[in-house]
Amino acid sequence: MALRDRLGRARAAVSGAVAGALGRGIDDAAWEAVEEALLRADLGVATTGRVLGALRRKVEAREVDGSAGLVAALREEMAGHLAGAERAMRMGAVAPSIWLVVGVNGAGKTTTIGKLAAQQVAAGRSVVLAAGDTFRAAAGEQLAEWARRTGADLVRGADGGDPSAVVFDAVQRAAARGADLVIADTAGRLQSNANLMEELRKVRRVAGKGPGEVAEVLLVIDATTGQNGLVQAREFAEAAGVTGVALTKLDGSAKGGIAFAIESELGIPIKVVGTGEQVDDLVAFDPAEFVAALFDE
Amino acid sequence: MFESISGRLGTALARLRGRGRLSEADVDEVLGDIRTALLEADVSTEVVRAVVARIRSRAIGAAPSPALDPGQQVVKIVRDELVALLGGETLAIRYASKPPTVVLMAGLQGSGKTTSSAKLAAWFRAQGRNPMLVGADLQRPAAVEQLQVLGESVGVPVFSQPGDPVETARAGVERARSLGRDVVIVDTAGRLAIDEELMRQVRDISAATSPMYTFLVVDAMTGQDAVQVARAFDESLAISGVILTKLDGDARGGAALSVKEVTGKPIAFAATGEKVDAFEQFHPDRMAGRILGMGDVLTLIEQAERTFERGQAEEAAARLMEGRFTLDDFLEQLQQLKKMGPLSGVLGMLPNAPKEVKDAAVSDAMVASAEAIIRSMTPAERAAPEIIDASRRQRIARGSGTQVQDVNRLVKQFTEMRKMMKRMGGGKKGARGLDQALGGWMPGR
Repeated sequence: MALRDRLGRARAAVSGAVAGALGRGIDDAAWEAVEEALLRADLGVATTGRVLGALRRKVEAREVDGSAGLVAALREEMAGHLAGAERAMRMGAVAPSIWLVVGVNGAGKTTTIGKLAAQQVAAGRSVVLAAGDTFRAAAGEQLAEWARRTGADLVRGADGGDPSAVVFDAVQRAAARGADLVIADTAGRLQSNANLMEELRKVRRVAGKGPGEVAEVLLVIDATTGQNGLVQAREFAEAAGVTGVALTKLDGSAKGGIAFAIESELGIPIKVVGTGEQVDDLVAFDPAEFVAALFDE
Repeated sequence: MFESISGRLGTALARLRGRGRLSEADVDEVLGDIRTALLEADVSTEVVRAVVARIRSRAIGAAPSPALDPGQQVVKIVRDELVALLGGETLAIRYASKPPTVVLMAGLQGSGKTTSSAKLAAWFRAQGRNPMLVGADLQRPAAVEQLQVLGESVGVPVFSQPGDPVETARAGVERARSLGRDVVIVDTAGRLAIDEELMRQVRDISAATSPMYTFLVVDAMTGQDAVQVARAFDESLAISGVILTKLDGDARGGAALSVKEVTGKPIAFAATGEKVDAFEQFHPDRMAGRILGMGDVLTLIEQAERTFERGQAEEAAARLMEGRFTLDDFLEQLQQLKKMGPLSGVLGMLPNAPKEVKDAAVSDAMVASAEAIIRSMTPAERAAPEIIDASRRQRIARGSGTQVQDVNRLVKQFTEMRKMMKRMGGGKKGARGLDQALGGWMPGR
């Protein structure tokens, strides 16, 4: 099922708000409806203000025609914010490539790794999974289940052990076997926990010490996340050098606008989108589709 | 961004300083910033609209507060409103007359159901119960293993079986009954509110286990979607309360307000850390301050109120010493007794009052009775108790539900106290007399 269709239900609410203002010309009510739609999509007050400010200048400059024109101009404006970013999941110059997956508790890291592994294996790459979440009960079992399903190799450490060591071992193993890719899980952590962020800093450092290259540090963001997502992105980027966002659970009623705010405020590109529980429900991020899904009539 | 809200609000507040009764324009100026603060805290737009409208109608024309300037007064109204919205009815946990008491856990994926299930089990154990955990999340890989590990760490047995989640839940409750466990907590798979099939499944689990409590587990970081989620789960399952998780992070947690406003169901528990004992009952006042994100402004307001109270007390003490102390002043002191301790507001500032007097304990009942008597007096009577004659005494006693003798005693003792204080204020050591006067100034002591 296409992302567009999956987002159909989420879309209805927003277009309803905007469509309600149609046919009345661009009056205050139309502007309010647009503002409301952006806020409801979790863009946040600041980002919404910036988008609307740019839109107002455009409207004043070139006579946008009625509310329909306003929505089109808004879509264009938002797509413009997302233009030009490099969104492909990168492979390093030397093997193995290492993808480090980070994020807060419950964002969907392990599931995202399972889907990434399935796709990479299907693409003919040899993949090693590193069970770097040694904290959460049974996190290793969850990843082991994904390894079994996808045919990826798995490196585990002791429960409560040092996650850096697990990741380091996985990289060594991958190098020894000539594997292409290590996808490393990490424990969920709240960015306000200084000790855990320090631990993550170390994982990132150690991951780059062996053979191979850390090609991606993927921050997993739950689409239901509100404004705290921006704080998450800033702090995780500072600690681990985040290179991209995986936006998960976009098949629900949440619109994931916080990812738009993250990309346009911090310049961290959205790379992949999770839209369900099946292995295939992880797709490359398409800005045009994402924006259209928010504002389709 | 967030940081600037307090600053901007501060500027708006400064402009309002020194104005009298709040005009609509004054209120709207501050409410604009309040709206931004609530939106940045992820309170849903519809809830923000409702809350701001309510606050507006309460704030416009509100009688000027003697302690706060108008801007501060608006913020205080906002805070009080949020506390009232978040608090209200608390959830008192009762137990099924025919055990076990079944508790169903529901929510989105990743909201923290499994961890919360174990924490709740530990909480029930601490209440002296014998809980059991049932793992009915057969969907997420290793969810049952996670529950087993957590159950072991809190010393609570875990039941699960492969196959159908509804059947597993039913069998779990049956097992608990046969083992004599009196509380069963059923962990279910995370599901999207708009996934009809999975929502039907959790309804089936509910029907099969007849839970006494159904908790919706909500991540404190949730954004605008909280409203849809809460509404859908409440319509589907008639939730009894909310467990708010990941409050140890730095999210402002406006979702709490959205969920409470939309469902009307209490927020029962807050999960505040990764450890199993980081689980407590919910505090609305802390949450209100957090959502507003105006800690400094709120502190300022509290300080202003305290300073005002102290100023008032000092003034009352001065008047007391000059013999200008009225029953109104006395009433004022009574109202502050709970906050300030027995008469300390006045006596603490008297240089000559003996320690025993400062420490004099006053019971709530005595305060209530004295308050009732004074409130039954007219302003003229309060200012000059001398005018209270026999018929006035009878009226006051009837009005306050006390005896004429109680009224007599209060008036007599108040008059003596005033005399004594005046003497003491004039430099004469009247400690003994003061002690006597105060020793019996309350009716029924």
